[in-house]
Amino acid sequence: MLVPVKWLKDYTDVNVDTAEFVRRMILSGSNLETVEYFGEGIEGVVIGRIEKIEKHPNADKLLVCSINVGKGGPVQIVTGAHNIFEGALVPVCLDGSHIPGPLHGQPKTEEGVTIHAGQLRGVDSFGMLCSCSELGFDDKVVPVASRDGIWILPDEFRPGDDLVEALGLKETVVDFEITPNRPDCLSMLGMAREASATFGTPLRYPDTECKKVAPEKSEDYIKVTIARPDLCKRYCARVIKDIKVEQSPWWLQRCLIFSGQRPINNIVDITNFVMLEYGQPMHAFDIRTVRGAHIIVDTAADGEKFTTLDGNERTLSSSMLMIKDEGGCTAVAGVMGGLASEIEDDTQMVLVESANFLGDSVRRTSKALGLRTEASGRFEKGIDPNLAKDACDRFCYLVEKLGAGTVLTGDVDVYPNVEEPVTIDIRASRMNKLMGIEIPTEQMTAYLNALEIKTSVNGDIITVTPPTVRQDLLIEEDYVEEISRMYGYDKLPVKLPAHTAQALLTPMQIMRNRAKDILTGLGMDEIQTYSFVSPRASDKVRIPEGDPRRQFIKLINPLGEDTSVMRTMLLPNVLEVLRTNYTRSVPAARIFELGNTFFNNGLGPDGLPQEKDALCLAAYGEGEDFYLMKGRVDELLKLLGVKNVKYYTEKDPSFHPGRCARIEAGGEKIAVIGQVHPDISEDYGIDCEVYAAELDFAGMFRISDTEKKYVPLPKYPAMVRDFALLVEESAKAGDLEDVIAAEAGELLESVKLFDVYRGAPVPPLHKSLAFSLTYRAKDRTLKDAEVNEINERVLAALQNRFNAVLREL
Amino acid sequence: MMKERLKEISQKAREQILGAASIQDAEALRVEYLGKKGKLTDMLKSMKDLAPEERKAFGQLANETKSQIESLISDKMAELKTLAREMQLRSQTIDVTEPGKEVALGTRHLITQTIDEITRIFTSMGFSVSEGPEVETVFYNFDALNAGPNHPARDMTDTFYVTENVLLRTQTSPVQVRTLLAQKPPIAVIAPGRCFRCDTPDATHSPMFHQVEGLVVDEGITMADLKGVLDSFAKQMFGSSTRTNFRPHHFPFTEPSAEMDVSCFKCGGKGCRVCKGSGWIEILGCGMVHPNVLKVGGLDTEKYTGFAFGMGVERIAMLKYELDDIRLLYENDIRFIEQFK
Repeated sequence: MLVPVKWLKDYTDVNVDTAEFVRRMILSGSNLETVEYFGEGIEGVVIGRIEKIEKHPNADKLLVCSINVGKGGPVQIVTGAHNIFEGALVPVCLDGSHIPGPLHGQPKTEEGVTIHAGQLRGVDSFGMLCSCSELGFDDKVVPVASRDGIWILPDEFRPGDDLVEALGLKETVVDFEITPNRPDCLSMLGMAREASATFGTPLRYPDTECKKVAPEKSEDYIKVTIARPDLCKRYCARVIKDIKVEQSPWWLQRCLIFSGQRPINNIVDITNFVMLEYGQPMHAFDIRTVRGAHIIVDTAADGEKFTTLDGNERTLSSSMLMIKDEGGCTAVAGVMGGLASEIEDDTQMVLVESANFLGDSVRRTSKALGLRTEASGRFEKGIDPNLAKDACDRFCYLVEKLGAGTVLTGDVDVYPNVEEPVTIDIRASRMNKLMGIEIPTEQMTAYLNALEIKTSVNGDIITVTPPTVRQDLLIEEDYVEEISRMYGYDKLPVKLPAHTAQALLTPMQIMRNRAKDILTGLGMDEIQTYSFVSPRASDKVRIPEGDPRRQFIKLINPLGEDTSVMRTMLLPNVLEVLRTNYTRSVPAARIFELGNTFFNNGLGPDGLPQEKDALCLAAYGEGEDFYLMKGRVDELLKLLGVKNVKYYTEKDPSFHPGRCARIEAGGEKIAVIGQVHPDISEDYGIDCEVYAAELDFAGMFRISDTEKKYVPLPKYPAMVRDFALLVEESAKAGDLEDVIAAEAGELLESVKLFDVYRGAPVPPLHKSLAFSLTYRAKDRTLKDAEVNEINERVLAALQNRFNAVLREL
Repeated sequence: MMKERLKEISQKAREQILGAASIQDAEALRVEYLGKKGKLTDMLKSMKDLAPEERKAFGQLANETKSQIESLISDKMAELKTLAREMQLRSQTIDVTEPGKEVALGTRHLITQTIDEITRIFTSMGFSVSEGPEVETVFYNFDALNAGPNHPARDMTDTFYVTENVLLRTQTSPVQVRTLLAQKPPIAVIAPGRCFRCDTPDATHSPMFHQVEGLVVDEGITMADLKGVLDSFAKQMFGSSTRTNFRPHHFPFTEPSAEMDVSCFKCGGKGCRVCKGSGWIEILGCGMVHPNVLKVGGLDTEKYTGFAFGMGVERIAMLKYELDDIRLLYENDIRFIEQFK
C-alpha cells in the first residue's frame, strides 16, 4: 500500500518527520517495505505555455516552440515530441536546470541530467521541454494525455512558476506491506486510522454530501436486481447526468500518481481515487449501454463470450458472477468492466456502481479468466459491505466538486443482509495474563477507542464493538494484539519461562549426529541435495523396471521435470554433486549425504508416504579404491553398533559387475558398496573410478546395538602363526576366513589377511593370500604343540575346501 | 713372569679400548679380554698353577686389572653411544617447514552447522527436538494451523502438491500440531527440517529450504516469556551484545504475532550493507499460539497458553557468512563446503 504522506495528512495530522512517522507506524504494527522520496533532483524547471509551434527549417521531425515562461520574453526551444499544441502548459527545463532523468532512450544515472542551451540542427534551443518520466516518475503513472511525449500539465497553473513548488512534487511515499488480516489498511482511510491511533491525532472523514442534486431520482432511471445474493452482498448505484469528460484537476491527479495510478479522465480518476481512499472498488457505466436500464447481478452461462475493457474476448462459465442487463453481460463482477460499456468522451449519463462481491467468488473468476485487477485483488482480500454507500456518495460528491456532472437524488441500494459488527466480551485479566504485564483497564479502552473500537466496561469485562471494516477482530486474543501493539511490544517485559521440561534427543537423532561425526572424522564432507529429483535419475543409475525405487511420489505441480518426484535413493544426487566438483577440476571429492527417501508403498492411514533415512557415501580421487570405501563403511558400522556384518558378492546394475558387494548385518541387507559402473560414472562426466556405498540408515538404526561391556585384557601371551596360501582367483578371502574361524575354534583370537599377491611365481588365474592367525587362551599359556596341531587342521581344511596350497613365506 | 704378562695384557687392552672406533669394536674387545675365553679370564684361570702365597697377591692384581678394563670398556661404550646418537640425530635432521601430511577431517554442510548451532542453544534452554514428515497432509500444514480455506499459500502456484490432500510442507509449523497431538504440557520443542515452496531457484530463492520451528506450551506462558527466550537465543546466536526488536505482524497460527529483528551483527546497528543501512536484521516470526491451534491439540485454552516461532536457516546462514547466492548451498562444491570447516 503506497501512502503519500501529504495525502495522508488530509485525514489525520502527521506532526513528526518521516523517520519518526515510519518508526512508530512499524512499532504499532504497520510493516514497512520501502520509503520513496519524489521531487528530488529537480531544479530550475518552470511551467511554460507554448505560444507558437513552427516546423524546424532543417529537420522534419523537430518542432521549434516559442514559450512563455513568465518573466522576460518568450523562450525558443526545439523539441522532437509531437503531443504538444499551442496553448499547452508544459514543464520547461531552462538552461542550467537539473532533472533526475533519464532522458528519452538513455540509461538511468545516479546523478541525473543537467540541461544546457544549445543548437539543434542549426536552430537555437534555450532549454528542453520534458516528459513526466524524465522528472523521475514511473511510466505507468504518466497521465494518458502525456504518454510518449511532453507532460501536458492541467490548465490551472501560471507560466513562470517553479514546477516543483506549484505542483507539490516533493512527496514522501511510504510503501507499507499489508498483511492478509488487515485488508482495511489497503486504503488511505485505513492507514489514517492506524496513524491516528498511533499518534493520538483525530481522524477526519471525507465529505460525502452533494450540495446541489438534480431533482430527478436515480431510482427513476435504473433498477437493480441481485439474482445471486449468496455472491453479491450489496449493490449500491447512483446516476449522474450532464457528464463532462475531461482531465482531472492536478490535486486529484497528484494523489493518483503518487499512489501508483495513471490519471486517465475525471470520471475514471474519481473511481480510482475513491477506491484508494476507502478501499472500495467502483465502476462507472455509460448508462446508454445498460440495456433496459436494469442492472442484474447474476452468473454467466457456460461458454458465453464476453469482451472485457482490455479488448480481450473471454469465455465465461456458470460459476462466474457477472453484471448483466436485459441484453446480456456488461461487466465481470468485481474484476473488470466490458468494452461496450466504457465511458466515452461523449458519455452523458453515468451509473456508478459501488458493490460488494464475495471474495471467494471474485477469486475463482479472476483465476479462471487469468485476469487480476486492482479491484479483484481487493475483493479477494475482503471488503466491508458497509463501505459501499459512503464510497458511492463520495464519488458523487467529487463529481459535483469537479464539475464533472450533476448528481441525481438518492440511490438504488440493494443490501439484503446488513453486516453487523461482531461485539464480544473480553477480560482485562486475560489480556494482562497473555501479555505478562498489568495494564489498567482504562488504558486498554483508550487504546481500543483510538482504533475506533467501542468499549463498555463492567468489572473485568470489556464489551468491545469494532468498526465493521475491522473484519479481523473476532476473539479475545485478537484484542490482546490490539492492546499490546498500541502499548508497544518493545515495552513488554522480558523473562524466561519457568518450565521444567528436560531436553532430550531421540536415539535416531543421536545416531544421525554420530554418523555425521564419524564420517567427517573419516575425512568426508557432508552435502545436502534436493528432496525432489528427476524420475530420469533412476534411468541414469540403471534401476531396473518394476523396482520399488521407481514407485515415485509424484508432484502435481513441479517446477520442472528435474524436481518432479520425491527421491527414493540418494546415489543419483550424490553422483550429480561429484560431477559438479569433477567438472570444476576439484582433484578429489569424498562426500556423503544423510537424508530422507520417500516410498510409495504402504501409504499410512493419513495417505502419507514412508519416509526413510538413507545414507550415501561416494568418492573419487587419488587413493580411492573399493577397499578404502569398505574400510570407511566398516568403521562406520562398527562405531554405530551394527554387528555381524558380512559382505557378499552382488550384482547391482548401478555398480561395476566385478566390484560390488551386498552388506548384510544380522542377516538383513543394509547396504550396497562398490565401484560405480564405469558407464554410469562416464554418463555423469566423471572420467575416473568412483566408489560409492548406499546404506539403509533406517535399517541400521533398527539393528544398532551400541551397548558396550568390559572384556578383561589378556593375561597370557598370544601365539601367532602366519602362512601364505596359493588359491584360484575365484576363491574368496572372506570364505577362507570363515573356514579358518570355524576350524580353529575358540582359541583363535583373530585372523587377518595381510597380503594378497598375484604374478610370478604365482601361476596365472591364481593368487597368494597371506593370513596371520593369533591364538590365545584366557586361562593359560598355549603350548607350541597344541597351536601347531590346530594350525595344521586349519590348513588341511583350507586345502580340502579351496585346494589351497601352502607357500613358503 | 705372570705379572709381566698381566701388565702386558693390561697395556694392550688399554691401547685397544681407547682406540675402538665403534660399539661393535668395543664389544669385541670385551669378549677378547673379559669373555669366557678372554685373555684376562685365561690369566685368572692359570692362577691355580701359582704358589699359594703368590696366588693371593697376583689374584688381587688381576682383579684390579679386570675392573680397570671393565670400566675402560664401559666408559668407551658410553662415549661411543653418545657419538653414535649424535650422528644419528644429525643424519635425521628434516626441513620442518615442508608441509604436513594431510589428515583432513570432513566438514558438515553449512546448513547442518547452522541447525546444529540453533539446536545447541535451544536444547541448552531445555527444548527437545521434534520431527515431522517432509511430505505432509493439508490438514497439518494448513487446516490445523488456522489457515483459512482460501489462504493464498494454499495455491498451487505457491505449494507443491502430491494429491489434493497431500503436499510438501511449506513450513515446519505442522510439527507444532503433531507435537500438540502427541505430548502433554509442559512442551518445549524445536523442529528443524526441510520445507518446500514453488520458487524458481535464483540468488535469493530456493524451492527447498530449511526452517527451525519452536513451540512452548505450559500454564502461564506470556508474551514476556516469548521475548525472553528469543532474546536469549539471539544473544547466544549472534553475540552477547545483540539487541532484539519485536514488531507486530500477522501469522494465521499465532495471535498476537510478531517479527523479531536483531541488531545487525556486522555493524552492531550503525547501518551497513548487510542490514541495508537500517541497523536491524529480520530473523524470525513468532507469536502466542492461536487458541484454534491449541484446541486442535485438545488443550484447555484457559489453562494453557504458549508461544511459537519459526526461522529460516538459509537466511541466517547467508546473513552470518555474507553469502550472495542461496544456490551455493545446494550446489555442494566441496571448496565451498570446506570453507566452513
